[in-house]
Amino acid sequence: MLSRLTRPAANAAARLAKSVRKVSTTQIGGYEVFDHSYDAVVIGAGGAGLRAAAGLVGHGLKTACITKVFPTRSHTVAAQGGINGALANMTEDDWRWHAYDTVKGADWLGDQDAIQHMCRLAPEVILELESFGLPFSRTPEGKIYQRAFGGQSLKFGKGGQAYRCAAAADRTGHAILHTLYGMALKFDCLFFVEYFAMDLIMSSHCSASEGVKRRVVAASRRTSGDDGKCLGCVAMCMEDGSIHRFGAHSTIIATGGFGRAYQSCTSAHTCTGDGSAMASRAGLPMQDLEFVQFHPTGIFPAGCLLTEGCRGEGGILRNSEGEPFMARYAPTAKDLASRDVVSRAMTLEIREGRGVGPNKDHIFLHLDHLPPETLAERLPGISETAKIFAGVDVTKEPAPVLPTVHYNMGGIPTNWKTQVVKDAEDTIVPGLFAAGEAGCASVHGANRLGANSLLDLVVFGRQAADTTAELVKPNSPPVVLPKNAGEASIARMDKMRHCSGPIPTAVLRRELQVTMQKYAPVYRNADDLAKGKEAVVEVMKKFKDVGVSDRTMIWNTDLIETLELENLINQAAQEMYAAEARKESRGAHAHENFPDRDDENWMKHTLSWLDKPHVEDAKVVLKYRRVIDQPLDKEMHHVPPAKRVY
Amino acid sequence: MALAARISRPFVPRLFSRSFAAAAQPQTFAIYRYDPDQQAKPFLQEYNIDLKSCGPMILDALIKIKDEVDTTLTFRRSCREGICGSCAMNINGKNGLACLLYIEPSSKPIEIQPLPHTYVVKDLVPDLTNFYNQYKSIEPWLKRKDVKAKDDKEYFQSREDRAKLDGMYECILCACCMTSCPSYWWNPEYYLGPAVLMQAYRWIADSRDQFTEERLAWVNDTMKLYRCHGIMNCTNCCPKGLDPAKAIVHLKEQVAETYTDAWKSMMTEEIVKNKGRESGMMYM
Repeated sequence: MLSRLTRPAANAAARLAKSVRKVSTTQIGGYEVFDHSYDAVVIGAGGAGLRAAAGLVGHGLKTACITKVFPTRSHTVAAQGGINGALANMTEDDWRWHAYDTVKGADWLGDQDAIQHMCRLAPEVILELESFGLPFSRTPEGKIYQRAFGGQSLKFGKGGQAYRCAAAADRTGHAILHTLYGMALKFDCLFFVEYFAMDLIMSSHCSASEGVKRRVVAASRRTSGDDGKCLGCVAMCMEDGSIHRFGAHSTIIATGGFGRAYQSCTSAHTCTGDGSAMASRAGLPMQDLEFVQFHPTGIFPAGCLLTEGCRGEGGILRNSEGEPFMARYAPTAKDLASRDVVSRAMTLEIREGRGVGPNKDHIFLHLDHLPPETLAERLPGISETAKIFAGVDVTKEPAPVLPTVHYNMGGIPTNWKTQVVKDAEDTIVPGLFAAGEAGCASVHGANRLGANSLLDLVVFGRQAADTTAELVKPNSPPVVLPKNAGEASIARMDKMRHCSGPIPTAVLRRELQVTMQKYAPVYRNADDLAKGKEAVVEVMKKFKDVGVSDRTMIWNTDLIETLELENLINQAAQEMYAAEARKESRGAHAHENFPDRDDENWMKHTLSWLDKPHVEDAKVVLKYRRVIDQPLDKEMHHVPPAKRVY
Repeated sequence: MALAARISRPFVPRLFSRSFAAAAQPQTFAIYRYDPDQQAKPFLQEYNIDLKSCGPMILDALIKIKDEVDTTLTFRRSCREGICGSCAMNINGKNGLACLLYIEPSSKPIEIQPLPHTYVVKDLVPDLTNFYNQYKSIEPWLKRKDVKAKDDKEYFQSREDRAKLDGMYECILCACCMTSCPSYWWNPEYYLGPAVLMQAYRWIADSRDQFTEERLAWVNDTMKLYRCHGIMNCTNCCPKGLDPAKAIVHLKEQVAETYTDAWKSMMTEEIVKNKGRESGMMYM
């Protein structure tokens, strides 16, 4: 089904056509705007974005990859543990067992067709990465080393721990991103580096009064005739402040998550949900934003990540009594239970007074019982990180850890082919795709298993390229952009650049982060969520009073951070509303007033919209969409819901 | 008491008033500023912050200054854990990652400058396009001469062979080593620099790669490789503890061992084939 990645035939004419930059310029809102035309545009150059870009070029499509940071700075580089795949290098294995684990890990909110697709393709994509030079760690037989990881089992949960997380020491994300970047270089991908994508260009924004018209939510009531096609995007070059409109037959959003909405997160400063917010401003829904993963072992207090691979190699969590308490909460999997289970266990231990440290506010991760050679070979990166950020020598002492925001299971809803859908009837948005953490296929449902995200990136990055190739012919005639496309975005950017409200961006951002951390942590309750809704609405309204001091167009990080703040508020508001509305506990959403999973009423995806594009005017609207519980084809059986015990 | 900005600039009132109570720990930072709109001579601007309400790393100080004192201060940053390589800069005369370096309280200002001998876009943001182009030129991907059969699994690589890559694959392309090398300062267009040479060697040392000889021939050049004189600034400042100087020594050794006169024609062929190859970087 998915095509193997091969180099396009050396075609001198094609290369020449690509290297001659035909750009036209126009004037909009006082800014000079450069227009570009491509077959496909990828927004984001992390794992999913790079794989999509390389795949598109491999199909012979004229591709541009827009990224706000240099590709190898994307946060994929910080992933540590590994990438899951049933290679069967350590024990016998089967992708259907992996799919079962993923469905269970998602607490039955994952779409089983997408899960089947991902798990079935896992061995192939891992081998493809290796064939591009990824330096996986090796077994004594010279095969790819696979370690134990959370929530992974054999024989549909009955065969004990599975060793299916292919790893490159504890720098797998780094290895994957650099390998994918090398792949992109080999395929001669065209990058627009340090271009900040501001908004999508949609076909229903055609009229001259686009700047004034607002997009009305009620996507399911939309009349036919307005196909709401995506025509491309508008971006700002940070180096000189020029504005660029990219017209494309296919736009792929691969911009990652929005971990920076929280005060304490393992995420980079750049994880601000830009692509997701762009889709939201275009009137499209987000899906399942209430499901935010708290990684059990973020260093306390720095927040830097200590991979689940620590526990995979034998590390143990202990409380103030020295007890390996996970045995009580997850008798079978113990420390390698699903991440939400472990985070909740740690939170309860601290609540019940068995936390460690002078304030009894964190937990110890012990690696000191492991042979130093194992730590040096399998976990060198985190040994260094623990030394620098916690002052701890992991061969001798435990590392202080606390559940820390790490991943967003939710995102832009898509089908298993990465095509964005805009309502509960799965109506496809032509020309728009989403892959990686920014998308919600949904393979992770209510909780993601460790090492499934790197897999998600590569599988769905590739799928986005392949689906595009099915729909778009190479060197297609250029997309005709409406004359005033991007007018609203440019006006908004101009307004933000000149705003002089009393609230500095950093202050409002801090207020948002504290709000989310306080009212939507690991354990949520009705009171806090209600207060959280009010507090987040306050932050939304305050955005109109934000002030930017830097007026330049060149590398204006003050402006960029303010635009990123709007994106964070956009996503966080929808998360808070979605969380408050979900009256059950499922996966990472633990609701103290509704401690059980309620399949009868709540086995459904949350769809959330902002009813106006700009956060200071908007209200959140919620609807629901069914979970796809049937696999793609007969190769896998449907996994019926069951009690989730580790 | 307003924060000290010790050069004559118009005073911009801040929302925060900082009072230096007895328990505060003030520290001055002297940070390189360059405004591309004005294009005036760059200067060091001093900022004074209280370390007691600041995180321990230099990057924490920079972010605090940007958030609370001067939002126009511009620098690259992302992961804050030393894996992305964005925040490479020169701190008190030595290249490093701002997020991995502890603030060492001192009565003298801590000087923060962009990476040495680079074109500066603004403040602490250097233009690294040349570095990225040079990295692309050594073809950092696995190159094989055979084609994988349909049911073939991974390429075999023994643990010993895999261990040869340790100390090289971890490079985060931060450019600390490149911009610490005097040879690279004087010849950035021709000399490939420590990071790029180490990555060239990473692919030469990879037992799965079958273009070893071509790769060796490609770097065997008086300017590309032999501008390295063992100055050792690179290994000295690598924030990940890697040893580019050693990789270059191994590279030179292997070139010397493997060299044949056939390399001349191999090189000519490569250059002809690579003509017109774009770097892939776009900038207006």
